[in-house]
Amino acid sequence: MQNSIQVNHRKLAAGRKSSLMEYFKKHYFLYLMLSPALILTLIFKYGPMYGAIIAFKDFSPIKGILGSEWVGLYNFEKFLSSPNFEVIFMNTLKLSFFGLILSFPVPILLALMLNQVRRAGVKKNIQLFLYAPNFISVVVVVGMLFIFLSPTGPINQLFSWITGEPVMFMSRPEYFRWIYILSDIWTGAGWASIIYVAALANVDPELHNAANLDGANLLQRIRHIDLPTIRPIMAIVFILAAGGIMSIGFEKAYLMQTATNLPTSEIIPTYVYKIGLQSGDYAYSAAVGLFNSIINVILLLTVNFTVKKLNEGEGLY
Amino acid sequence: MFVKHSRLDRFMLALNAAFLTLAVLIVILPLIYVVIASFMDPSVLLSQGISFRISDWSTEGYKMILTNPAMLRGFANAVFYASAFAVLTVMVSVCAGYALSDDRMKGKGFFMTLFLFTMFFGGGLVPTYLLVKNLGLLDTVWAVIIPGAVNVWNIILSRTFFKGVPNELKEASNVDGASEMRIFFSIVLPLSKPIIFVLALYAFVGQWNSYFDAMIYLDNPNLHPLQLVLRSILIQNQVDPSMISDQLAAAEMKRLSEIIKYAAIVVSSLPLIIMYPFFQKYFEKGVMVGSIK
Repeated sequence: MQNSIQVNHRKLAAGRKSSLMEYFKKHYFLYLMLSPALILTLIFKYGPMYGAIIAFKDFSPIKGILGSEWVGLYNFEKFLSSPNFEVIFMNTLKLSFFGLILSFPVPILLALMLNQVRRAGVKKNIQLFLYAPNFISVVVVVGMLFIFLSPTGPINQLFSWITGEPVMFMSRPEYFRWIYILSDIWTGAGWASIIYVAALANVDPELHNAANLDGANLLQRIRHIDLPTIRPIMAIVFILAAGGIMSIGFEKAYLMQTATNLPTSEIIPTYVYKIGLQSGDYAYSAAVGLFNSIINVILLLTVNFTVKKLNEGEGLY
Repeated sequence: MFVKHSRLDRFMLALNAAFLTLAVLIVILPLIYVVIASFMDPSVLLSQGISFRISDWSTEGYKMILTNPAMLRGFANAVFYASAFAVLTVMVSVCAGYALSDDRMKGKGFFMTLFLFTMFFGGGLVPTYLLVKNLGLLDTVWAVIIPGAVNVWNIILSRTFFKGVPNELKEASNVDGASEMRIFFSIVLPLSKPIIFVLALYAFVGQWNSYFDAMIYLDNPNLHPLQLVLRSILIQNQVDPSMISDQLAAAEMKRLSEIIKYAAIVVSSLPLIIMYPFFQKYFEKGVMVGSIK
């Protein structure tokens, strides 16, 4: 009895094993197809996550990641207690937050406006122009900012005609955020309107006709037909943007930095780059970067949680 | 549509047209200004800005840019990086997307989580740099092409696409005894031209316009892509001395530096701006497929 049970077990195990083998034999191709992406992800995405433990070490490149000594949270404490911390942290937060608030409504307005253009050809041409800046590189956009806003540039030719004095746009800290955000809107708002335009195009024209017969004017129709249509998309776009507040890009801010606008233009990513790759303080820089990532994850989870909560009630949708 | 417009509505529509015109002007005026400025005579540009008299125009800026070795090399490098990057990204994402779209794949959920996690959390700049350095990729073209080749977003895009391919197609050929590899290459792949095209366009444009990876990984100026060359001209104000022959004085350099900037902007942005209207619908498709998820 005992024996036969054991044998049965063995048979079952062998059967399971061979069916797994058979499965792989049959479907190995799927795993083969997945492997390049998997290997690259493990190396170039998970590799650095392992490497990030240097944030907790007194890292020296000679001793390597494992050989360097643990220092606990020393690098984090160093950042949090440094006089720069508050300024850099707030700069990052303000730049993203104001950017989100100011940029969010523009594509929606553009889409609502485009939706009222009834001749398809005209609409298409307007879209063609509005989307174009999306394809201009950040280097060129910032290059254009420097040219246009320079003390002798075209904008200042206008300004000095009015005020008599050129405005030092790029070197004064108080202008940095405005220039950054407004030029972001210039580059991206048209492109960001695509998704709203597409949603609005799906609205049944009969709805508008019926509302019109009932005496609803244009603004009322926009408010009661168009806006409810795109509200779910607005919510998703907003959540994604809010969740990414700390993951603001390095590229543009770094290019826009001048020696004198640093009080507002130094943000965590540019700081990480400077202390890490320019000054070679690897461990400290890794700690600052990790700090930023963690804040970002917390933010994302919070936003996600809040939205879920709100959705159970009446909430965003 | 037979909507009848009241007077208020007609007023609103006129206002709408005015605002849209304004938006278009805000977008294209700076671009038109750059193009006109790039054709100005350098001295006129410096002393009085742009002018519309033909006699004030010249192509000096373009002569400078198009004979500049750094610029030409940057252009060639950018074409190579963007093409190679597009090919690699497309291969990696299409293959992974196809595998993950197949319901028969075991462990699909686990792999998807593995990929998705990297969207929200990463090791950071310095650990990534150290990894690339330790792999011996610094100052090689691979540093720009390989680390970014796997992109979760692209995998999701292609998975969404393949989920839309009717299963009956695959099953029918399965019955015929075709291997999975043959099904993929002879049936699914020919259907996937749109997704391949969309992914390749996005990858090409992204790589063409980026400077950051090249800046941190490539020291050798011979490997620099266009955007890094542009950065030194436009932002660091370093007009390559070799652009202006030795005999010319510093004054000449100053005279020419502005026109060189304008011409550089036009030359570097032109390929994409010309190409984009033809591919507009594919770019839009990319946005739409991504939004359904």
